[in-house]
Amino acid sequence: MIGGLFIYNHKGEVLISRVYRDDIGRNAVDAFRVNVIHARQQVRSPVTNIARTSFFHVKRSNIWLAAVTKQNVNAAMVFEFLYKMCDVMTAYFGKISEENIKNNFVLIYELLDEILDFGYPQNSETGALKTFITQQGIKGQHQVINITHCSSVRFIVSACGAVPYLLSALLMIPLHTFFLFSAFSAYQPSPFVSSDTVSLPVPQTKEEQSQITSQVTGQIGWRREGIKYRRNELFLDVLESVNLLMSPQGQVLSAHVSGRVVMKSYLSGMPECKFGMNDKIVIDKQGKGGASDEAGKSDLGGGSGKQSIAIDDCTFHQCVRLSKFDSERSISFIPPDGEYELMRYRTTKDIILPFRVIPLVREVGRTKLEVKVVIKSNFKPSLLAQKIEVRIPTPLNTSGVQVICMKGKAKYKASENAIVWKIKRMAGMKESQISAEIELLPTNDKKKWARPPISMNFEVPFAPSGLKVRYLKVFESKLNYSDHDVIKWVRYIGRSGIYETRC
Amino acid sequence: MTDSKYFTTTKKGEIFELKAELNSDKKEKKKEAVKKVIASMTVGKDVSALFPDVVNCMQTDNLELKKLVYLYLMNYAKSQPDMAIMAVNTFVKDCEDPNPLIRALAVRTMGCIRVDKITEYLCEPLRKCLKDEDPYVRKTAAVCVAKLHDINAQLVEDQGFLDTLKDLISDSNPMVVANAVAALSEIAESHPNSNLLDLNPQTINKLLTALNECTEWGQIFILDCLANYTPRDDRESQSICERVTPRLSHANSAVVLSAVKVLMKFMEMLPKDLDYYGTLLKKLAPPLVTLLSAEPELQYVALRNINLIVQRRPEILKHEMKVFFVKYNDPIYVKLEKLDIMIRLASQANIAQVLAELKEYATEVDVDFVRKAVRAIGRCAIKVEQSAERCVSTLLDLIQTKVNYVVQEAIVVIKDIFRKYPNKYESVIATLCENLDSLDEPEARAAMIWIVGEYAERIDNADELLESFLEGFHDESTQVQLQLLTAIVKLFLKKPTETQELVQQVLSLATQDSDNPDLRDRGYIYWRLLSTDPVAAKEVVLAEKPLISEETDLIEPTLLEELICHIGTLASVYHKPPSAFVEGSRGVQHKRLPGSAGSGESVDSPDTGSAAGVSEAPPAVIPSQGDLLGDLLNLDLTPPTATGPPPAPSSGMQMGAMDLLGGGLDSLMGDESEPLGGDLGGSPAMGAGFGAPAAAMPASFSAPVSGGLDDLFDLGGGVGMPMGAYSPPKTVWLPAMKAKGLEISGTFARRAGVIQMEMTLTNKAMSVMTDFAIQFNRNSFGLAPAGPLQVLTPLSPNQSIEVALPLSTVGPVMKMEPLSNLQVAVKNNIDVFYFSCQYPISMLFVEDGKMERQVFLATWKDIPNDNESQFQIKDCHLSSDAASNKLQGSNVFTIAKRTVEGQDMLYQSMKLTNGIWVLAELRVQAGNPNYTVSLKCRAPEVSQCVFQSYEAMLKN
Repeated sequence: MIGGLFIYNHKGEVLISRVYRDDIGRNAVDAFRVNVIHARQQVRSPVTNIARTSFFHVKRSNIWLAAVTKQNVNAAMVFEFLYKMCDVMTAYFGKISEENIKNNFVLIYELLDEILDFGYPQNSETGALKTFITQQGIKGQHQVINITHCSSVRFIVSACGAVPYLLSALLMIPLHTFFLFSAFSAYQPSPFVSSDTVSLPVPQTKEEQSQITSQVTGQIGWRREGIKYRRNELFLDVLESVNLLMSPQGQVLSAHVSGRVVMKSYLSGMPECKFGMNDKIVIDKQGKGGASDEAGKSDLGGGSGKQSIAIDDCTFHQCVRLSKFDSERSISFIPPDGEYELMRYRTTKDIILPFRVIPLVREVGRTKLEVKVVIKSNFKPSLLAQKIEVRIPTPLNTSGVQVICMKGKAKYKASENAIVWKIKRMAGMKESQISAEIELLPTNDKKKWARPPISMNFEVPFAPSGLKVRYLKVFESKLNYSDHDVIKWVRYIGRSGIYETRC
Repeated sequence: MTDSKYFTTTKKGEIFELKAELNSDKKEKKKEAVKKVIASMTVGKDVSALFPDVVNCMQTDNLELKKLVYLYLMNYAKSQPDMAIMAVNTFVKDCEDPNPLIRALAVRTMGCIRVDKITEYLCEPLRKCLKDEDPYVRKTAAVCVAKLHDINAQLVEDQGFLDTLKDLISDSNPMVVANAVAALSEIAESHPNSNLLDLNPQTINKLLTALNECTEWGQIFILDCLANYTPRDDRESQSICERVTPRLSHANSAVVLSAVKVLMKFMEMLPKDLDYYGTLLKKLAPPLVTLLSAEPELQYVALRNINLIVQRRPEILKHEMKVFFVKYNDPIYVKLEKLDIMIRLASQANIAQVLAELKEYATEVDVDFVRKAVRAIGRCAIKVEQSAERCVSTLLDLIQTKVNYVVQEAIVVIKDIFRKYPNKYESVIATLCENLDSLDEPEARAAMIWIVGEYAERIDNADELLESFLEGFHDESTQVQLQLLTAIVKLFLKKPTETQELVQQVLSLATQDSDNPDLRDRGYIYWRLLSTDPVAAKEVVLAEKPLISEETDLIEPTLLEELICHIGTLASVYHKPPSAFVEGSRGVQHKRLPGSAGSGESVDSPDTGSAAGVSEAPPAVIPSQGDLLGDLLNLDLTPPTATGPPPAPSSGMQMGAMDLLGGGLDSLMGDESEPLGGDLGGSPAMGAGFGAPAAAMPASFSAPVSGGLDDLFDLGGGVGMPMGAYSPPKTVWLPAMKAKGLEISGTFARRAGVIQMEMTLTNKAMSVMTDFAIQFNRNSFGLAPAGPLQVLTPLSPNQSIEVALPLSTVGPVMKMEPLSNLQVAVKNNIDVFYFSCQYPISMLFVEDGKMERQVFLATWKDIPNDNESQFQIKDCHLSSDAASNKLQGSNVFTIAKRTVEGQDMLYQSMKLTNGIWVLAELRVQAGNPNYTVSLKCRAPEVSQCVFQSYEAMLKN
C-alpha cells in the first residue's frame, strides 16, 4: 500500500510530507526530487523506480504530488487516489497552488490522516468529509470563482453556478413542459441552497456524532442526511466532445463521441433518482414489451430526430447501482448534493458530424500554394454553433499569406505555422469558405512538407451522439415533495474534441 | 491571516522561542506554536527537542490541536521512545471517549507509533475497538491490526487479533468488511503458507455482497482479494464472474482493472464452448477501451496492462486497433505504449491503416518515438507477409529523408526483413549502401555490415566497403567487430580470390591485437576452420539460417501468467514479477492462473491436453512444470505460420570439437537475431530466449514427465542429521574486471541440512563497497536466498570477506539449461552485476533419501528402461565400501550390496529437494579403476547432473 505522500513545489521543495509506512524514510523525499523533479530530460513515465522504491506522480499546475511505496501496490488505485486527493483539496480551498497549499497545510494533514489510513484509501467523498473535517479552507487572494463546466470540482456554490446558466439560458430546456416558464426568471439563487458553504459546528451531541460515522462508513458515503432546500431543483448537462479524423476525400477514418452527464442536484432528503435516456438497448426492449412513444416525444432541440442510440460503453459515478444497470440497464441512484459527474459514455455509431471540412490544396510551382477550405454546417437551421475556429497549417518556409474569407476573421499566425479562421456564430445548413495564397521561400530541403491535418473547434447546442435525456425521476418518500415538484433543467452542449481533416 | 507564514521562520533561537510558546497559557498561542513545529517538521528540520513540550499539549479538548500533536508524535516517537510513554495515558483515555471520532483517532494514531512499549499498551484498547458499536471505530481498528502486525507479528497472533479480524469479514458494515479484507490480505502476504484468508464459498459470497455496497476503494480491496481465490469448478467460476462484471462500468479505473483481473483469471476455468465465455470476452473490450479516455497517468497503467491482456487473449481487442492510434498531444509514455500495442494487434485486416499511421509517426519530433515507429514498420513487414512490400517501400521513403536516426533505425529493421524473406528485397541494397557513411550507431553499423557480408556476391564493391570499416577496427564496439569478422569471412568464402589479404588482416586483428576473449575465440575458430577444411568452413559459415519468428518480444508464458494475476498492480506496470522489485517476503509468492480445461484448449492435440490435465494436480514444489509445458507447446503450435525458433544450444557437456563449432555457430546466429527481440519496446526480451530451448524439446517429452509428475509433486520431507557432505572448491564466479572491482568466488555446500552458498567477496577497486544484496533468477529447483546477504561492514579496498548465504528451495521455478545453472545478481553501492554459476546437484540430496528395500525394487522395475542411463567413472581407486561411505556423506544412501563374480553392485537411492527420487546402481570391480553407474529416475533429465556429482563426490 501507499507508504508515503509528498507534495512539492516546482523547485522541488517539500510542502507536505506524510509517511504512512515504516519502510519509507526521509531520503525518499530527496530521491524523488533529485531523480524526477530535477531530472534534465522530459518525464518518461509517471511511475519511477528508484532504489527499489516506486514513486507515482501527478502534476497540477506546477505542484507535484507523489505517492511512494515499496510494495506491489495497485497502481491504478494509487493514481485514482491522487486525482481524488486533488478533488478534495480543490473542494476545500480552490486551486492547487503553492500559496494555497502552504496556507492550508494543517487542513491537508488532517485530510490526509482521514482519507489514507496506513496507506489504504478510506472514504474520500467531500460531502462526507465536510461533516467532520470542518476547518475552513483558506483561498488565495487572487482566487477566481470556479465556474467551469468541465472542472472536476464537486461542490460549486450555487450562486456562482448560476452564472453560466444565465449566460446560456437560451440553450436550456426544462425537462417537463409542465414547468415551462421563462428561463431568466426561473433562475434565482435561493438563500437555502448554499448549505455547503456554511461549515457545520463541531458535532456535539451523540446522535450527531454517530450520524457522521454512519455516513462516513455507510453505503451512501457521498451524501449526508438532513439536507433541506426550499426549492428542489436539478440541472443536467449533457457535455459531449466529438472526435473526427477524415480523409481529404471526405471519408471518415475514425469518429467517436465521448460524453459526460454532469448533474447539479439541489434536492432535499435522500432522494431516489432514476435516469433514462434513449439507449438503444432499453428502447428496443420496451418496443418489444409494449409500445412506448416517449422517446419520440422527448426529441427536444436535438440535431436530428434519431430515436435511439447505441452506446459502446459507459461508466458511472459510484452512487449508481451497477448491478441494477447490469441486469436491467436502468440507472438508479441517490445523488450526491451539488455538482458531480453522473456518467461518462462513448459512442461510435451514427454520429452527427456538425461540420464538414472540404480542403483543396494546390501547389503552384515551388514557391506558391493555393488553399481553399469550405466548411458546411450540418444540423438544424434553427440552431447556432458558436466559437468556430478552423486551423489551416502552413509550411515552415511560408513567407507571406493572403487570405480572403466570406465570414468571420482569418489571420496568418507565423509563430504557430497556421492560418487561424474564427467565426463567432454560424447557423445550421450553411456554408462558408476561405481561400488563401501562401508564398513560399525556395528551400533545398529535400524533406517534403508533411501536410498536417486541418483542425477545427466549435460548440453546438445539441448532442452529436444523438443522446437524449428521456426522464429523470425523483422519489423521496419521507419528505412531502413529489417528482412533479422538482424543477429540472437539461442542457446539451457538443464540443469539438480532436476534429481533423487531412488535406 | 494565513498558515503559510509558518514556513518562513528561519531565525536563530527558534527552538527556544517555540518552547516558550508551547508552554504558554493561551490556547491560541499553543496552537500557533504546534503549527509552526509541524511546518518545520515538514521541511525537514529536526524539532524532536520539543518532544516533551508538544506532548504536554496533547491533553486538550480541541480536536484540531489534538490531531496536530498526534501527527508530531507519529513522526518522533521512535526517536524518543521513553518520552513517548508519557503519551500512553492520553491514548488509552481517548480510546474510551464517548465521541467515536476521538476513539478512532486514538486507535489509528497509536498503531502508527512504532515503539515496543507502547504496543503493549495498545492491545487492550484495540481489542475493545475491534468490537466497538460504531462502525467507524471498527473499520479503523481493522487497519490497526495490520499496523500492529507490521510492528510485532507474534504479538498479534498471541493476542488472537487475527481471529477477531476474520470475524469482521462478516460485519454488517461494508466498509468494515473492506478494511478487514485489506488488512487480512496484507498479513496473509507475509505468511504465504498460512490459511489466514480462508477463502471458501461462504466468505466469497459475503465479499461479493459487500462489493455492491462499499466505497470505491473498498471495492478494490475486495476485488484484489477475490483474485486470489481459486473456484472449485467452472460453475462457481461463472457465478463469480457474473457478479463481478457490473464493476466494469465503475467510474474508478482501478475498480475496473481489478475486476478485469478477476475475470481474466476466472475465465481460465470456463470451457470455451460455453456461451457465457463468449459473452464475457465481448464484455471485456469496451471498458478496456474506455480506460484510454482517463487521465494520462491512468492511461499509462491501463496500456501496460492491455499489453499483457493482448498477449494472453488477443481476441478481446482485435477489432479495436483504432483506439490505440497515437494522438498528437499524448504524453510520450502513452505514445510509446500505444505503439507497442499497435504492433501486437497488427494483422492482415488492419495493416493498411496501421502502416499509414506509422508513417505519420515517423515524422514526429520525439526521437525515441520515431525510432520505435520505424521499428514497428519493420515488425509489420515480418508479421504480415502481404504487407512486406509496402513496408519496405515505406522504409525506403524514410531513408530518403536522410534524418540520421531514422536511416539507422530503418537499416536495422531491413536487416531483419532480409532474414525473414530471403532473396526478395535485395534490390534495395544499393540505396542502403549510399548511407554507409552516416551510420554512427553500433547497432546500425553492425546491421549494415551483416547485410554486406550476407550479400557479398551481389555487391560489386563489397570488399571496399568492408575494408573501409576495418580501418578503425579497434575503435568499434564489440558488436560491430564481431559482425565485421564474420562478414569478411563470408566474403572470403564467396569471393576467395580477391579477398585473401582482407581476411588475413581481420583474423590477425581479431586474434592478435584484441583483448576481447569473444572476439579472439571467434577469430581462432574461423582461422582454424579455414586452414583445415575450407569446405566445412563453407558449410558452417554459410549455412542456411533458421528463419526468425514473427513475435519476438513476447513475455515468457509463465511470467505472463503471473503478471495476469497482478493486473492493475505495479508488477503489471513494470512487467516484472513482484519479487523483482519488492524487498523481503512480501509479494515473493508466485501467483499463477488456475489450471483448467481452458489451458490446453487452444491446441487440440491429445498430448497437450494431458499436460494441461496434469497441472490440476495439487500444487507443490514445481507447480508450473505442467503448465509451462502446456504453454510452451501452445506457443509452438498456435501461430500456424510460426517459423521455428533458433535451435537450442547443444547440451554442451561433452565438449567435442564438433560441438565447439556448433556452439560457436549458434552464438553467431544468436547475435544476428538478437536485436529483433532485444530492443523492441521496454518489455523484457525474453520471448525468443526462453521459448527456444523448451520448444525444441521433443514432443514425446511430455509423456514420461506427466507419468512421473506424481513423484515430482511429492514434497521433500524434513531435514536429517548433519554430515560432511561433498563441497567443490571455490571457483571465481565473477571476475573483478566484469564487476567494477568486485570479485566473487564461491561454492555450494550442504551443512546440517541447509544448502549454503559460500562466497568470498573481494574488493579490488579503489573505493569502499557497501549495501550488498543478492538475488537469484528463477531456476530449476527453486533455489532462493533464505535471508539477506550478510555483509555487515563496508568492504574496504583490497579486503576480502567470507559470506555464507543459506538457501531455500521454495523460490520460483523455471527449467534451466543446463539444469543446475543458477543466474545470480549481486548489487552493491556501485552497480548491479550478473553472473551465472552451476551448483553440484548433490547439494539438493536430502537427508531422508533412503528408500525402503522393497520400495526400491518396485520402483526400479516400475521406471521404464528408456529412463535408464549409464555412465563410466574413470580412475577411481576406492573400494566399494569406501565409496559407499563417501557417498553417504552427501546423502546418497546405499540400500543393498551384492557381489557377483568379484563385482560389487551397490544399490543406492537419493532424493532431491523437490521430491524427485533417483535410483542408482554402482558397479565396482576390484582392481579395475573404472566404475559403472546406472541411473534410473522418472525425470531422466536430472541423470546427467547426478552423474557429474557422483564423479565429483567420489574423486574428492
